[in-house]
Amino acid sequence: MAAQSDTIPEKTSYVVRFAGDSGDGIQLQGQQFTVASALGGHDLATLPDFPAEIRAPTGTRYGVSAFQIQFGGDRITTPGDAPDVLIAFNPAALVVNLAHLQDGATIITDENAFTNQRLKRADLDSNPLEDGSLDRFTVHPVPISDLTQAAVKPHGLGTKDSLRCKNFWALGLMLWLFDQPREATRQWINIKFAKDEQVKNANLAALDAGHAYGETMELSHQVVQHPTPEAALSDVEYRTLTGAEALSLGLVAAGELADVGLMFCSYPITPASSVLHHLAGLEDAGVSTFQAEDEIAAVCAAIGASYGGKLGVTSSSGPGIALKTEALGLAVATELPLVVLNVQRAGPSTGMPTKTEQSDLYQAVYGRNGDTPLPVVAARSPADCFDAAIEAVRIALRHMTPVMLLSDGYIANASELWALPDFEAYSAIEHHQPDPDASGAVFERDPDNHARVWAYPGHPGFVHRVGGIEKDLATGNISYDPDNHQAMTDLRQAKVRSVANFIPDQTVDQGTAHGLAVVAWGSTYGTVTQAVREALDEGLSVGHVHIRHINPLPENLGALLAGYDRVLVPELNTGQLATVLRDKLLLDVVQLNKVSGQPLTVSEVKAQILALAPNNLREASNE
Amino acid sequence: MSELTFKDFETDQEVRWCPGCGDYSILKAVQRTLAANGAKRENTVFVSGIGCSSRLPYYVDTYGFHTIHGRAPAIATGVKLANPEADVWVITGDGDGLSIGGNHLMHALRRNVDLNILLFNNEIYGLTKGQSSPTSRIGTTSPSTPHGSFDSPVHPGLLALGAGAGFIARGVDIDQKGLPPILTAANDYEGAAFVEILQNCIVYNKDVFDDVVNKKQAAETQIHVAHGEPLIYGKERNKGLRLNPAALTLESVLIGEGGVSESDLLVHDETNPTIAHLLLHMSAPLPTAMGVIHRLNRPAFDQSFWHHKPTERRAKVLDLLRHGNMLDRRAS
Repeated sequence: MAAQSDTIPEKTSYVVRFAGDSGDGIQLQGQQFTVASALGGHDLATLPDFPAEIRAPTGTRYGVSAFQIQFGGDRITTPGDAPDVLIAFNPAALVVNLAHLQDGATIITDENAFTNQRLKRADLDSNPLEDGSLDRFTVHPVPISDLTQAAVKPHGLGTKDSLRCKNFWALGLMLWLFDQPREATRQWINIKFAKDEQVKNANLAALDAGHAYGETMELSHQVVQHPTPEAALSDVEYRTLTGAEALSLGLVAAGELADVGLMFCSYPITPASSVLHHLAGLEDAGVSTFQAEDEIAAVCAAIGASYGGKLGVTSSSGPGIALKTEALGLAVATELPLVVLNVQRAGPSTGMPTKTEQSDLYQAVYGRNGDTPLPVVAARSPADCFDAAIEAVRIALRHMTPVMLLSDGYIANASELWALPDFEAYSAIEHHQPDPDASGAVFERDPDNHARVWAYPGHPGFVHRVGGIEKDLATGNISYDPDNHQAMTDLRQAKVRSVANFIPDQTVDQGTAHGLAVVAWGSTYGTVTQAVREALDEGLSVGHVHIRHINPLPENLGALLAGYDRVLVPELNTGQLATVLRDKLLLDVVQLNKVSGQPLTVSEVKAQILALAPNNLREASNE
Repeated sequence: MSELTFKDFETDQEVRWCPGCGDYSILKAVQRTLAANGAKRENTVFVSGIGCSSRLPYYVDTYGFHTIHGRAPAIATGVKLANPEADVWVITGDGDGLSIGGNHLMHALRRNVDLNILLFNNEIYGLTKGQSSPTSRIGTTSPSTPHGSFDSPVHPGLLALGAGAGFIARGVDIDQKGLPPILTAANDYEGAAFVEILQNCIVYNKDVFDDVVNKKQAAETQIHVAHGEPLIYGKERNKGLRLNPAALTLESVLIGEGGVSESDLLVHDETNPTIAHLLLHMSAPLPTAMGVIHRLNRPAFDQSFWHHKPTERRAKVLDLLRHGNMLDRRAS
């Protein structure tokens, strides 16, 4: 291939996509690049995009695992619509990711992987490196496999093990390309492979060799190093974390703020399991974890824990939440605190377990037998999962109610830079546990939040029976009295409605309070933020209203939205928040829906904004 | 404070089982057991599922949780793990515990959570008006099986043994003398104690156990086993169980006839799962085994679960927040 001049534009932020087989260590490579980028002082957002198979057959299109990151000196809220650089380890990883690239993008690929056999495995009739199909891109074929093997040869690994180091070789090259520090990766390798000197040294050698290759390449003017400017950060400590980590930390922190033990009861399911993994072993932080025999047992054990005096938390994804549904009714009926985490994924049925969607909103808000309302809270970004988890616990304990906490596959796995919060500034979480020596009526309720007394075994003054059969408002005994059922139903409604009295008014996250409102919830936050920012820069009247509290909605939401001419609701479903808004506010909205298993892109949202929002500059010039 | 009597464990709620239901006598045995063992109301919890038996918590003046169909073992597991001081009882039936909730029962037993699980077996669905249950015998005629059921019943004790239960006992609803000691033994066992109670559903499956529990012949149709004692039964205490080593079965023999002496009889070893299997499997013409059939001490799940105790929680939380690679932009 003829030497080409560098075509990566000079920018303040870049988008890089790593792609290879699901066994190539792509996700690890991406995570290490993320840490290096953060330590380099960049803002960032990531998008892991991997198949459900753990080690899919090598070289196949469906087995491709990818990791995308946007990083740099701008304020970054999304992993980026289109990569500036794609690094592809094989033909399949190259071809399935071409759709993400814009003309002129740079591709670095392992030319050793473009054998007839691997081309065939990727369903390719000809070699894209030779057939002209990549002409609109700048392609740098690099013999990554050969160079990795050469680099690790002194450490005596076999061919197979040598090739497993190629992710670090490529990482070294990318770290060089964007002038990112290598130290954290070196440290990680040292710790991870501490027990295997040979593997450790081989990976370190691969990392350095990739880096050195970049420097050499620079001499040939093929690719120039692109030092990336640092972001304007505050004078605090930062770290990166995924949504799953942030959510786990939030739960742990909430237990401390409430001074209540947490019992996290779960059953393995993608993409929710990582929260269980993060919390397991954190007994010292006041959390015990229980892996139940099934989803139903998980929620039931959590309810039992709440009955027993700890805060029960359960987690799952849509199919598992469906199984837990009957038990949620029990928690509502018995007025027990409970947090139910739903890390949403594409449905229906098993759907696409590793692909993201926001399609369980109906399930959360409406999906139970009987009149069984419960509060619903949604996290909007990886780091926001920390505060969303604390908020869910706060509501559950304040009102003695189960709370549905919505996350999704995208924010669970994605990571971003997180400014460490000032934990001392968080207010304590109130709850209704009685004094151990007190006695009284268990079902006397707080007039403001409608919570009953959280009396649990061990309290002699509050011995009582409770259950899923309708209970007497005052005594908790079984009651089939018609007036009592009306009163209990009213109480359950009033309780959830009362949550609105404790949550902050809805604000406009960014932009105008007139013109077009972009009303969104959950993981579309970053995309909508960027799209609205760009639209505002172009002079449009548009405001971003991002809803955390889905049920009940903030009291002022209707009045706030009445100030706009039109409302656009972008969602990764067929229009579920749109339905809720129509239901609760009698509000007509324009929908923007996408259900491809991928997040919305900034350009998709921006195109709709441009089509719907009034343009101040244009209108001003017309006057 | 004076000791509580069984009456102190009665609630003000009217008991709403059918007149003559076996549940009345089980309730009484439970209340007697609590009183006899000096149980404290505030540290005792009854967790039940759905069904006639599962109404029991409303009638015992302790903490009580009437939950949803089949899930009592899972909920009770949560209660026990969250509140290790509590004495947790699970009340379930053959439909609740072995059909819709079979999975939870199996896992509570194999985990060995410290629960006292009382399964009221009446071989029928009562509260839903008489359908055949997973313990109904083949040929049971019911509204859902008008031509007689044809699916094989599950054996509660053998299922418990297969699930790895460390404590398996059996009793009879009306046996006010025999049942409380069994319940006490179950309560004393540190782990999941499984007690099958043969219970008479007077409306939908009346006297289904009559051939075993009828007092006129009970001495001949039941054997009350005791650890370390030879397996003897009969009104005259002249019958015994002998191991047939060739067939690996138990056989009934008459002591003093054909040269059989007491020393030929099998001695009950409650720690031996093979003997438990033989005893559980017995049916007419052999006697039905009652009492503690299997008891093997192994660590209860909740003891391991609480191996780690929270210490210095706030420090640990603050530490976790700063976990990982930090970018420090604080003014130095």
